[in-house]
Amino acid sequence: MATLKELAVREDRLTGGHRMCPGCGAPIIVRQALMAVKEPVVVVSATGCLEVSTTIFPYSAWKVPFLHSAFENSAATMSGVEAAYTSLKKQGKITGDTKFIAFGGDGGTYDIGFQSLSGAMERGHDMLYICYDNQAYMNTSVQRSGATPRGASTTTEPAGKVKQGKVMTRKDLTECMVAHNIPYAAQTIVGDWRDLTKKVEKAMSIKGPKFINVLQPCQLGWGYRMDLTIELGKLAADTCFWPLYEVENGKYTLSYTPKEKKPLAEFLKPQNRFRHLFKPENQKLLEELQADVDRKWELLKKKCDCFGTEK
Amino acid sequence: MAQELGWKELPEGDALKAGTAADFHTGDWRSKRPIKDDKTCINCLFCYIYCPDSAVKVKDGKVIEIDYNYCKGCGICENVCPVKPVKAIKMVSER
Amino acid sequence: MVQVVAKTGNEAMAEAMRQINPDVVAAYPITPATEIVMIFSQFVADGLVDTVYVPVESEHSAMSATIAASAAGARAMTGTSSQGLALMYEMLPIASALRLPIVMPEVNRALSGPINIHNDHSDTFAARDFGWIQIFSENSQEAYDNMLQAVKIAEHPKVKLPAMVTTDGFIISHCLEKIEILDDGTVKEYIGKFPAYTKLLDTSNPITLGALDLQNYYFEHKRQVAEAMKTSKDIILEIGKDFGKKFGREYGFFEKYKLDDAEMAIVCLGSFAGSAKAVIDEYREKGVKIGLLKIRVYRPFPDEEIAAALEHLKAVAVVEKCDGFAAKGGPLYDEIKSCLYDKKQRPLVIDYITGLGGREITHSQIIEIFDELKHTASSGKIKEAVQYKGVR
Ligand SMILES: Cc1ncc(C[n+]2csc(CCOP(=O)(O)OP(=O)(O)O)c2C)c(N)n1
Ligand code: SF4
Ligand code: SF4
Ligand code: SF4
Ligand SMILES: [Mg+2]
Repeated sequence: MATLKELAVREDRLTGGHRMCPGCGAPIIVRQALMAVKEPVVVVSATGCLEVSTTIFPYSAWKVPFLHSAFENSAATMSGVEAAYTSLKKQGKITGDTKFIAFGGDGGTYDIGFQSLSGAMERGHDMLYICYDNQAYMNTSVQRSGATPRGASTTTEPAGKVKQGKVMTRKDLTECMVAHNIPYAAQTIVGDWRDLTKKVEKAMSIKGPKFINVLQPCQLGWGYRMDLTIELGKLAADTCFWPLYEVENGKYTLSYTPKEKKPLAEFLKPQNRFRHLFKPENQKLLEELQADVDRKWELLKKKCDCFGTEK
Repeated sequence: MAQELGWKELPEGDALKAGTAADFHTGDWRSKRPIKDDKTCINCLFCYIYCPDSAVKVKDGKVIEIDYNYCKGCGICENVCPVKPVKAIKMVSER
Repeated sequence: MVQVVAKTGNEAMAEAMRQINPDVVAAYPITPATEIVMIFSQFVADGLVDTVYVPVESEHSAMSATIAASAAGARAMTGTSSQGLALMYEMLPIASALRLPIVMPEVNRALSGPINIHNDHSDTFAARDFGWIQIFSENSQEAYDNMLQAVKIAEHPKVKLPAMVTTDGFIISHCLEKIEILDDGTVKEYIGKFPAYTKLLDTSNPITLGALDLQNYYFEHKRQVAEAMKTSKDIILEIGKDFGKKFGREYGFFEKYKLDDAEMAIVCLGSFAGSAKAVIDEYREKGVKIGLLKIRVYRPFPDEEIAAALEHLKAVAVVEKCDGFAAKGGPLYDEIKSCLYDKKQRPLVIDYITGLGGREITHSQIIEIFDELKHTASSGKIKEAVQYKGVR
């Protein structure tokens, strides 16, 4: 596990000069993830904020080989790159050890790219898929996705006079990936560089399909002050809204247990997308959201107990 | 800004050399600028690891400069700086 | 050494793929192209090819993975039909914009709905303006020959474009014919090494592919694709001629059958040409000066060459297996008419939309078409410009 000083010696593989919003969490994920890889790496990304803002012709912020083709096919695209690598290597046409990381936003991963991801994971390609999950379609102006949490206001499921934002509970993609029986699936956040880099480093040491779901605060879509990105990530972990854990060959391990679990409201409050939840008439909904977080957290702890590493 | 080439001169296909965004400066997006106090900085590198714009430059384990060509003034560096009671990096108004 | 064997269209295409020995194939089954994928998978399982086969979960992923493998620096192929091609539509212009020389067998089948598995040309025609070279085949031999040439054309340094080679679903794909197959060594030498113009896997020379083009670059990149398509015309002819020299079967943009001295002609694509030629022979015996132009290369559209081949005629019947649904006729009719427009002297053109969903075009219908053509030529008048043939 590399220290910060060690990471800082490595080359920054994403340059400045990209066009993501100030304070965006997505480039933080990319920088940290790529720093955690010692080997040469090839990157693919789905259409979305990350891809659009980092590669505006003739400017590319990627210092590693990078390929984008469409929105729903990041995993299929990486399947092709990895297949080419395997083929050319087998035939002795190329040498070396290259790693493969596919990025996709929550829209490109939970929704339109779900099939492509599922297929690639099932086929067992040697790649790491990182979902930068900002819980909505940000690139197209904050529409709801399967990752949007219940109660959040988005432009396609806004809070109004009779509706309080998203009605349904979000899809648990990390668990979907666990159900694919891949060797490594994990969840982390923007806001714990150590956890994120450690998980990427671990993923790189495992052969086969890997998946990491990173909760990414988005100042624009979530509606918070742009300097609070790291704080919000930490609050998501401290409230257990977004638990940090990993599942290695079916074994569940919690990566972080807050000393004191904070009330969900502390995570929700700084964000405009949840503003309406703090009206007195929404008290019950807020309680339900808290109960949902509690229930899932207890369930996760049980999984870690039952299917965890032997103590 | 580089000269925009015509279709005959432009290299074929939607392909680019890596890292050309370094030529695109986003510093003018900033309304506040981070200023670092070398005296109090403990070189924990949090500002480096959390900067979204690769604007904090590190050499030999020390923060040596903030690249204002790229820094968008988000203030994350100030926010994550652990030095107390006065942070070693502070956002000040550009004007 | 040449071997004469009995092969269906699908077998011929799969055999060509085995001899091409691509680095990567990513494909998904669909009738009537499924066999190509199945036969090829067996080649992989038996170690007869170096290919890494990616059994993707959809055609969208098939084309995505093929594009990616090609961009990575591998010779990459896929194959499909109809709905599968439709699912790929989003990716097709991306392949040409990235200038990737992918070669894809495509077995023509009607587009749903209603769902149908039989032949017409609506699938390929709908993909005609995506910067892909489209080559149609009349029979298994042409399918085989076209596959080999398509690799040479697509990978030519002046072209660098994807190409699809089509056969008519069931009519060719499942019909056993005697064909000549070249030996493996000859094909290997003929197609040569893959020239990998883009090398995503070269981590010491990193590139970015597929960047966002805004108003200031999109147009230039599209203009380049258009130019490469135009340039490919010369290359297609060159390669078709050379193929003839090397292997005895020369190819051009189209085949002219008893056309030069004809007064009227049929214009068509694919297997229908075979049936039409037989009837032409019957008419020729009766002294009727009728001929045929069978389009092989539909994209790039050889407009000037077609116009030059048809301008001397009195009347032309376009027989096409695709409807324009209240466009000015079917797509082929549109293009034939528009390429003739600039000619001082030009034939009358009638459009017959026929054979949709695999509907048989009967001998008597061909006779009806010919008789009407004769009447049009002699009277100088068109009764009805766009007609359906064979629909109840
Ligand atoms: C097939 C297709 N449908 C829709 C779009 C429009 N589109 C582009 S990005 C995007 C949303 C991206 O959302 P997400 O994956 O969450 O990434 P984010 O922008 O939030 O980073 C949409 C809807 C598209 N490019 N392609
Ligand atoms: S909208 Fe959100 S995710 Fe997109 S660049 Fe801005 S902050 Fe980042
Ligand atoms: S203000 Fe933001 S962009 Fe500028 S150096 Fe600090 S963290 Fe980086
Ligand atoms: S976060 Fe503060 S103390 Fe740490 S390196 Fe940056 S300026 Fe120095
Ligand atoms: Mg999103």
